[in-house]
Amino acid sequence: MANETILMLPLYLIGFFSLAAVGLDPLFSKNKKVIYYLSLIGLLEAAISAGYALYLHTLTPAPNIEISYAKNMVSTGGMAYFFDILFCLSGILILLSSPRYFTREYKELSEFYSLILLSVSGMMIMAHSANLLVLFIGIEIMSLSFYILAGFIRIRIMSVEAALKYFLLGAFSTGFLVYGIAMIYGATGTLTLSVIQLSIQTNTINSLYLTIGIGLIIIGLSFKAAIFPFHQWAPDVYHGSPTVIAGFLSAAGKAAAMMAFIIIARAIFGGLSQNNFVKDLYVDVRLVLAVLSAATMLIGNITALVQKNIKRMLAYSSVAHAGYLLMGVVAANERGWSGILFYSTAYILMQIGAFIVISLSERNDEQNLKISEYRGFSKAHPYLAAIMSIFMFSLAGLPPFAGFFGKYYLFTAAVETGYVWLTIVAVISSLISMYFYIGLIIKMYFEDPDTQPMVAESGHAVLALTLSTAGVMIFGIFPSLLMDIAKIFF
Amino acid sequence: MLEAYFPLIIMVVFGFAVAFIFMLLSQWLGARRGTKEKQTVYESGMVPYGNARERFSVKFYLVAVSFIVFDIEVVFLYPWAIQFKELGIVPFIAVLIFIAILFIGYFYEYKKGGLKWD
Amino acid sequence: MSLTFLFFGILAVLAIATAVICVSNKNPVVSAMALVAHFFMLAGLYLTLQAQFIAILQILIYAGAIMVLVIFVIMLLNLGDEEKLREKTKYRKILASLLGIGFIAMLCSVYLGGGLGNKATSPMAITIGAPAALGKELFTNYLFAFEAIALLLLTAIIGAVVLAKRKVD
Repeated sequence: MANETILMLPLYLIGFFSLAAVGLDPLFSKNKKVIYYLSLIGLLEAAISAGYALYLHTLTPAPNIEISYAKNMVSTGGMAYFFDILFCLSGILILLSSPRYFTREYKELSEFYSLILLSVSGMMIMAHSANLLVLFIGIEIMSLSFYILAGFIRIRIMSVEAALKYFLLGAFSTGFLVYGIAMIYGATGTLTLSVIQLSIQTNTINSLYLTIGIGLIIIGLSFKAAIFPFHQWAPDVYHGSPTVIAGFLSAAGKAAAMMAFIIIARAIFGGLSQNNFVKDLYVDVRLVLAVLSAATMLIGNITALVQKNIKRMLAYSSVAHAGYLLMGVVAANERGWSGILFYSTAYILMQIGAFIVISLSERNDEQNLKISEYRGFSKAHPYLAAIMSIFMFSLAGLPPFAGFFGKYYLFTAAVETGYVWLTIVAVISSLISMYFYIGLIIKMYFEDPDTQPMVAESGHAVLALTLSTAGVMIFGIFPSLLMDIAKIFF
Repeated sequence: MLEAYFPLIIMVVFGFAVAFIFMLLSQWLGARRGTKEKQTVYESGMVPYGNARERFSVKFYLVAVSFIVFDIEVVFLYPWAIQFKELGIVPFIAVLIFIAILFIGYFYEYKKGGLKWD
Repeated sequence: MSLTFLFFGILAVLAIATAVICVSNKNPVVSAMALVAHFFMLAGLYLTLQAQFIAILQILIYAGAIMVLVIFVIMLLNLGDEEKLREKTKYRKILASLLGIGFIAMLCSVYLGGGLGNKATSPMAITIGAPAALGKELFTNYLFAFEAIALLLLTAIIGAVVLAKRKVD
């Protein structure tokens, strides 16, 4: 049995390095490279220690059991480590691609690294939460860093607007979340997730409170994951915030919100499934989630069709992807959970990758962001166009890329649990999404350029692009590499 | 159990009552001879100029936020401080870490000039 | 318990009244002052719920610190023409009041659905709200959450400095 320190090490490390980044930031205001490498090392070390803990965890006789530490506040399940690695990876991708972008476009970099590290530590606290209070604090650390990151460029009115909208709506949604948590506390008398599950199983709950609590939590988390009808902030925020940050918010933030969904849903559904499912709650929660999921993908994809700006298009498509991810929660079985894990990985790789490509061709304060300006992109920049096409194919869900298998697992999970109609809606909306994803590729390859788009010197972004492209390809061709790991957690 | 707060209630009610009564009394008994000069805005004896609704600098806001953050820090220490001996060594270390983390925040703000007024 | 109930009733009515003033008044400063009064009433309500420490915090943090921030923000925004801010569209008001009624209905259903008030106050509940008992919980069971809060506050400091202080050049 591995000891507690090793199992908690990822959390300690990320906490330590975020503090170091904050403390050293003013000392090295001239030489930002120091903080850059420090943050990279921090994220890498946290990822490696999470990987080691994951490895230790798989060695235990029952890897699907989560063990709680720190007085039942911190859980050390396999899923938590998996998401730890994922969040660190997305942090690394963003860190690699952003210094050049920020110095080129805005000449502004201080605090960026500390904020990325702090938001990653918030997400990791969420991943390890065994208690609703800890989950909430994690969500708040993450969201607070996101608000600041969205408004990072204070001189740009769009960025400030994005931050303000994000902050006001986010704070409002937090209210729902807290109220939901309070209701669940009222229903079960505890905040510890395992005890909540137990008391639902043994039916020592007030089911009316529980129903209302679940409803409020769904509202709160839907805001964070941009699920219909709480998705309207997403396009404005992702459009307004600096491009690489938009990639981080839309990919890692969404994955974190979906992970919170998994954590809460596993406790509640896990209890309910051994109980009388429908009788205990006043509403069929899974049906509600299914409707939300269907509406989210349709709305997201249909609105994305008419967008002229590529960031807005990807923002709406990210709304649609939240809908796909929610299918896994609707299914609420092993296949659904592991499907979310797989799809989050694929989604983080392809979404961040796509945003990095956009950030490279962006020029002079949000120029070159119209979709029409991508005409003939392949003539001038064959490699970037090829990479962008890979991400677009993957986002559209075409084989042999990772996005395809992610969708495949989620769709089959929904079919298995009897939500055939949801899968049909999902397939239809995927078909709709082909239009704009493939449309961009056609523009890049088969249309003549109006003007020659300039591309910035990429620096370390090449490394980030290589990593994400490789990930999308490898997990697309050998999905079992990832799926076999994801399956044993549940 | 509420009886324990009875003195508190009395004090609050009495405090409000005294303030209210004195306001009413000054309203009723005080002399009121309004002239044009008396109606103008009081500006330390100077003739007021410009609009009273000047836009405040964002610096005030920064000070207020810093105040709130460190205020909350202190509030978290109350429950620890009143039973410092009973709680023992582990909470003591925890509080030290807590203060150290926020000290990093303070250091950061100080170095960035967040406490300067320029 | 009738004294508690009386106390609760007076505070509840005053709390609702001040909240209504806060929402409906056109002058933002009056709204802010009504909010301060509302916070005091809430603190009183916490006292009736045996949450003494929270009651003090309500006054110390909300009525003290956060209201200062609210006033600063009002002055920062420089709301000269309150008339401009008035909601022109009628349907939003109707929708909002419908939602409010729905919310009250939900709370009533919770009340009628049993639960509220049928649990006798346990002896522990009387002392749990005192700072000593709260501290015992906070510094043993909730120690991890306590440290996580420090990170949250640190993020808040960075946010304030980044958004308000940084030189624009």
